[in-house]
Amino acid sequence: MGGYAEVRICFTILSLLFFYIVSAKTILVGPTHVCKKITAALNIASAGDTILVEAGVYKEQNLVINKSIVLKGINFPVLDGEKKYQIISIKADAVVVDGFKIVHSGISSLEDLSGIKIYGNRDVVIKNNKLEDTFFGIFTENVLNCTIENNQLTAFSKEEQQSGNGIHCWKSDSMRIIGNTITGHRDGIYFEFVKNSVIWRNTSKDNIRYGLHFMFSNDDSYICNIFSNNGSGVSVMFSNRIKMFNNFFEENWGDASHGILLKEISDGYMQGNYFAKNTSAIFMEGASRIFMKYNTFENNGWALKIQASCMDVVLEKNNFIGNTFDVGTNGSLMQNTINNNYWDKYVGYDLNKDNIGDIPYRPVSMYSMIVEKYPSAMILFRSFITSLLDKTEKIIPSLTPENLKDNRPMMKKAF
Amino acid sequence: MKKIIKYVTWDILRNKIVLVYTVILLITSLSVFGLEDNATKGLLSLLNIILLIIPLVCIIFSTIYIYNSNEFIELLVSQPLKRKTIWLSLYTGLAVSLSLSFFVGAGIPLLIYHPNILGLLMCVVGVSLSIIFVGIAMLAAVKTRDKAKGIGVVILLWLYFSLLFDGLVLFLLFQFADYPLEKPMIAISALNPIDLGRVLIMLQMDVAAMLGYTGAVLKEFFGSTKGIIFAFIVLLFWIAMPLFLSLRKFKSKDL
Amino acid sequence: MGGKNNNMIIANNVSKQFGKLKALDNVSAICNKGECIALIGPNGSGKTTLIKSILGMVVPDSGFITFKGENISHNWLYRDDIGYMPQIGRYPENMTIGQVLDMMKDIRSSKKELDEELVIQFGLKEILNKRMCTLSGGTRQKVSAALAFLFNPAVLILDEPTAGLDPIASEFLKAKIIKEKEIGKLVMITSHVLSDLDDLITQVIYMQEGKMIFLKTIEELKMDTGETKLAKAIASVMLKN
Repeated sequence: MGGYAEVRICFTILSLLFFYIVSAKTILVGPTHVCKKITAALNIASAGDTILVEAGVYKEQNLVINKSIVLKGINFPVLDGEKKYQIISIKADAVVVDGFKIVHSGISSLEDLSGIKIYGNRDVVIKNNKLEDTFFGIFTENVLNCTIENNQLTAFSKEEQQSGNGIHCWKSDSMRIIGNTITGHRDGIYFEFVKNSVIWRNTSKDNIRYGLHFMFSNDDSYICNIFSNNGSGVSVMFSNRIKMFNNFFEENWGDASHGILLKEISDGYMQGNYFAKNTSAIFMEGASRIFMKYNTFENNGWALKIQASCMDVVLEKNNFIGNTFDVGTNGSLMQNTINNNYWDKYVGYDLNKDNIGDIPYRPVSMYSMIVEKYPSAMILFRSFITSLLDKTEKIIPSLTPENLKDNRPMMKKAF
Repeated sequence: MKKIIKYVTWDILRNKIVLVYTVILLITSLSVFGLEDNATKGLLSLLNIILLIIPLVCIIFSTIYIYNSNEFIELLVSQPLKRKTIWLSLYTGLAVSLSLSFFVGAGIPLLIYHPNILGLLMCVVGVSLSIIFVGIAMLAAVKTRDKAKGIGVVILLWLYFSLLFDGLVLFLLFQFADYPLEKPMIAISALNPIDLGRVLIMLQMDVAAMLGYTGAVLKEFFGSTKGIIFAFIVLLFWIAMPLFLSLRKFKSKDL
Repeated sequence: MGGKNNNMIIANNVSKQFGKLKALDNVSAICNKGECIALIGPNGSGKTTLIKSILGMVVPDSGFITFKGENISHNWLYRDDIGYMPQIGRYPENMTIGQVLDMMKDIRSSKKELDEELVIQFGLKEILNKRMCTLSGGTRQKVSAALAFLFNPAVLILDEPTAGLDPIASEFLKAKIIKEKEIGKLVMITSHVLSDLDDLITQVIYMQEGKMIFLKTIEELKMDTGETKLAKAIASVMLKN
């Protein structure tokens, strides 16, 4: 029985392939062609066809692609949503949208109007498009194995309500988000219930809320992305088994702003990331089993804010350079491991010359505890009295958590 | 008046303590900038010097100088000179020479290693604090006849401005933690020139951390033209007020 | 003597109180050109306060002082006519003698001819480059004395002028005082060394506890006490009071 089914599938694929080769055709769209509109071309196209669109402005209202075709623009033809419509709706598998300039979608929070929306399909590829002034940029729901690559998404809205997310994925699996640039949206990249996906080489900056925002999304990897100058940095919540390698988190400034916010995250792995000039580089709350190695924290307000609700966080061989405060915390109990990091504020000595300081380093200063509790006390920063308090606290610790310390601080940079 | 200023300044500039002060400042700032691989650390050490050492040196040196010049002042008063001229000349002499020491010892290295807004600001704050504490010293010296008592008073004043005042502020912060204190804090920082200088420098230095809410409020205020004008008016006030009070006292003082 | 235009300094019911201490109590005196007046009295009798009042260093609580007929309060230009030699002369430590002299000349910027007699007699010209902090107390006194006479003032006020001076310098100074008195200047001297004053003075003001007990010519004083030496005359006055 099983053997027969396999043969039948093989035969079907082969015949489809044959049919594809034989019957796939290319339809041209442009002012000088028969098809002046893309909709017209879509009507006469069948699965496997390629529609080539020449440069020009096309007002197609809502372009619904319900056949598995390749839609390719030449010299960035403009698809204009006239601030009323969703621009492209994809309702078939294996659609390719390539090389368009997609502008002025309608705005509706009810329908989540987007530049490109994919409804429950698989194997769709969206690449090399420029999206400007769209409410949501690229929106996927219930999709599988789609690729979103080399798109540029720009929105101009100033308010959160008037703006949607750049790349918004909901209940999706095995996504590849690669090399996109997203600016001016509410959240640059938004993931909810997305798993087994990779986010690689994207730049998300100057977005109103978060550069990257994901929730309930497990087993995803974030590699070589740049998140800079977003309203509140990057927010990562309620997810397991995420990996973050070699990302840049920069210049996320503001009271509620973090390089990255880790909330209820477990089994994360962060390596080789670079955090610079953030109000707080990492804010951790309810995080457990997070492993951090070879990360660099430079010139941040707080390199690490770690709430007492975090457990089994391991900090190893990271560099802490020029941060105002290295670590801030709100509790006195600490069940994390901190070892072999380099702290530029360390003033200990190394008698046996093994490059490891002989006395532990306490990265939490008393003053940072005070500021945590009374934010206005920031005005006394760098005053004589606070350094006196810090010095006293170093000799007789009373407020700072006793076991939050690096027992083996490095004398030189850890890597 | 110019003539007396010239002689007094010349006299103070050749004072051994002032020379040592200048050289120590110079050595410290050069070593701080030259040896530290981390620029921020160097600036921080220098900030501590500006906020602590300079007021201390200025206030104590000026007080002692005024007491030691008692007989010289009497001699000047017996000359056909207005008392105002005498006092302002002494003040200018002290302020110019101590500012000059600071500028040579710390200002020039600062501007060489950090030729930016921050370096310039630190210079301005350092010079202002030098001048302000000369004024405060002269006020204390003219109010107290006894030299030992006078020196005690200025050490207490220094302690107040550099430590006790901040302790009080901290206490207030704890007491009124439930209220929004950011804006009153701006007013309170104006009550202490050291604090004001520190906040101004800090806003340039620790941009990231300062952009917490408190920082944002401060930044918004001191970052605006209005705020900068406010800060400089306050600094000028701190220069003028002790001088004015001491001058008024000196004019009617029995020598 | 005593003609109206000869009056240089007139003190009129001058009183001054420092806390509980009455430093000057209703002091009135007239000092004329060509007089050399010794201010004498025990310690704390108010001599220095009187001098300081005349110099404007102390402001009287009541009464007034006129200088050449003008009230001295709120006035400072009259001091152009006064040469003052303080009891203790201390100058900015790092100035040289030359600079101190130059500074004073700058301050006075007087058109009157300079009188450098004492500067020369004291040998100050040879040590113009010495800093004040390296000088002995006596040398500093010489500087003070030289400064007092340098600008040819009409009135000289000398506070313990001979204390600390070596005998030669002391003689030079005395000769200078006599010379100035004879060309019609008013000289006021306080001194404890009464024997020094014998040949110099024409008048004596005797003060005690802030009060001026008397202002007499030296002849009157000697006649009243029957003594020929000033020191003895004063001693007998002190015994009486």
